Amino acid sequence: MTNHAHLRKDSDVLLRVEDLVVEFKVPGNKVVNAVSSVSFDVKEGETLAVVGESGCGKTTLGKALLQIQKPKSGTVRFSDNELTALSKKELREARTSIQMIFQDPISSLDPRMTVRQIVEEPLWIWSKGDENERLEKVKTLLNNVGLDPELVLDRKSYEFSGGQCQRISIARSLALEPKMLICDEPVSALDVSIQAQILNLLNDMKDRYGLTLIFISHDLSVVKAISTRIMVMYLGKVCEIGTTESIYSKPAHHYTAALISSVPVPDPTHKLERTPITGEPPSPVDPPSGCRFRTRCPAATELCATEEPMLREVSDGQFVACHYPRA
Amino acid sequence: MSSILKLENLKVRFSTHRGQLEAVRGVDLDVQAGTSIGIVGESGSGKTVMSRAAMGLLTGSNVTREGRVTFDGKVLSDMSREEVRNEFGTGMAMIFQDPMTALNPVRRIGSQLQESLRIRLGMSRKEAKARSIELLTLVRIPEPKQMLRKFPSQLSGGMRQRIMIAIAISCNPKLLFADEPTTALDVTVQAQILELLTDLRQKLNMTMVLVTHDLGVVAGNTDYVAVMYAGEIVEQAPTAELFANMKMPYTEALFKSIPNIQMKAGSRLPVIEGRLPDPTDRPPGCGFAARCNYAQDKCFTDHPELEKAKDGHLYRCWFPLGDSIQRKVS
Repeated sequence: MTNHAHLRKDSDVLLRVEDLVVEFKVPGNKVVNAVSSVSFDVKEGETLAVVGESGCGKTTLGKALLQIQKPKSGTVRFSDNELTALSKKELREARTSIQMIFQDPISSLDPRMTVRQIVEEPLWIWSKGDENERLEKVKTLLNNVGLDPELVLDRKSYEFSGGQCQRISIARSLALEPKMLICDEPVSALDVSIQAQILNLLNDMKDRYGLTLIFISHDLSVVKAISTRIMVMYLGKVCEIGTTESIYSKPAHHYTAALISSVPVPDPTHKLERTPITGEPPSPVDPPSGCRFRTRCPAATELCATEEPMLREVSDGQFVACHYPRA
Repeated sequence: MSSILKLENLKVRFSTHRGQLEAVRGVDLDVQAGTSIGIVGESGSGKTVMSRAAMGLLTGSNVTREGRVTFDGKVLSDMSREEVRNEFGTGMAMIFQDPMTALNPVRRIGSQLQESLRIRLGMSRKEAKARSIELLTLVRIPEPKQMLRKFPSQLSGGMRQRIMIAIAISCNPKLLFADEPTTALDVTVQAQILELLTDLRQKLNMTMVLVTHDLGVVAGNTDYVAVMYAGEIVEQAPTAELFANMKMPYTEALFKSIPNIQMKAGSRLPVIEGRLPDPTDRPPGCGFAARCNYAQDKCFTDHPELEKAKDGHLYRCWFPLGDSIQRKVS
């Protein structure tokens, strides 16, 4: 069975992932399918948001794209390279054009290195330019992410707040001018007021450096400002994928609708129309048969337990894996 | 209604190597029994320090606390540590932000739940066990009996936060402090936990102080809101009044910076530029002046006092929003 209805023409896309599977062994001779046959593609200049609860496999997916976590099967094609088939050396080179920023901005910077060393390191590793050129480049990068190079160059990461550390991480990830940036929950450790600053910065950097973004998050309110397409994941599977407008205006999957209605609305007069979703995701060691969301779904029937729904188009560019999509 | 918790001119100072750090600078707060109040502010605004100081949880040679804390008719700030301890559990309780670290990793859930029941309420082993099963049912944990034998590491974040809540409410406290109870959780679980807290509050007739950085969280779950900035309350009002009629530019900026699910896709988010002032070196005027769009000369030199408007609305601003005074927008 294929689940490729939502994939677009090969020639248009920058990244194409097909049937990606990532497994982990767990005690008791069992296997967890953290990412279970996921396919998607990203066009150049798009921002794809990957959304889901903790444990749905979104971070593992991000790591598997970069081959930090080796997938068990499936393909990851980035421009003309098949990343899963590359040798170690080729992979190192390919990774210069896909970079990643991480959730915890403070622990992802080396506390013993100065900001200058942190941002310069990728340039130094790849022998880009001489010392003066590199310093100039580092200054430009820091300026672009909104930090004053004169003030920050010789300081260390512990002297900065979370938001500033995330800016440094972004500068570092842009040093080699990558084509694609994978952002793994880049703002979930930050205060709301700082979140907005970082989201705006990512949007600016996208325009300035012509980036394609993959933005991993559990919070649909954060994603709305930045994404052009959204992919919703549940227990390692894709539930729904579509343009940002279509996902928010008419979510077709019951899980997407529940995620949207869970976002707190800063308005005391707002009446909750909470889609009943209770409990937490079941254990991925032993996922439910058929549709994996059926145990928490308000619309589940017997069919959902026996047959796994495939992704199909419900409206222009919106695909859902559900037997009974919301009208 | 009677007052259950009253803070009068509460000040908390830490001595650091960079000098005196005044984390809380004279907070007055009166919490009425049976209500719920939200304390909102950015990281570093002093909201957590304030709630811990109110409970008397801040100790150490580098901490100085001034001011008067009255809880349920008793003046906590005059009592010894042992006497204050007697209020924990039955009088007041706290849920901490991080459910991963707040539970003891090497003790079973059952023993952690029964500890306060046995010590504070003097229950027998058997009574405590029966009561803890009741409590787990109350916080909607499936299969509560099995849960007693588990260790925290076997549970998800949401489940651990439920256990924390069960422990906090185990001795029927009159006042519950919830310090960012949902910040470490997923949105779906956050919605469930908030609903649970609101439900329990009504069932057990508790007063709740909900500390959070997210105005979205207080909107649906509190009766009153106090906004903190740089160690002070800068605005306070009944929740509906606050959202309808913001007086303080900081509250407005905080409100606007929330990524709102109702905004247009791809739109640019308004931000609050700059940062909180250095707590060891506070500016003389309004702490928010340097970041405020409406700041005038006076704001940088004179410190505004808390003003009273109608409907119990308090604000700390020389040029409040919604006034007819001509403001220059910079």
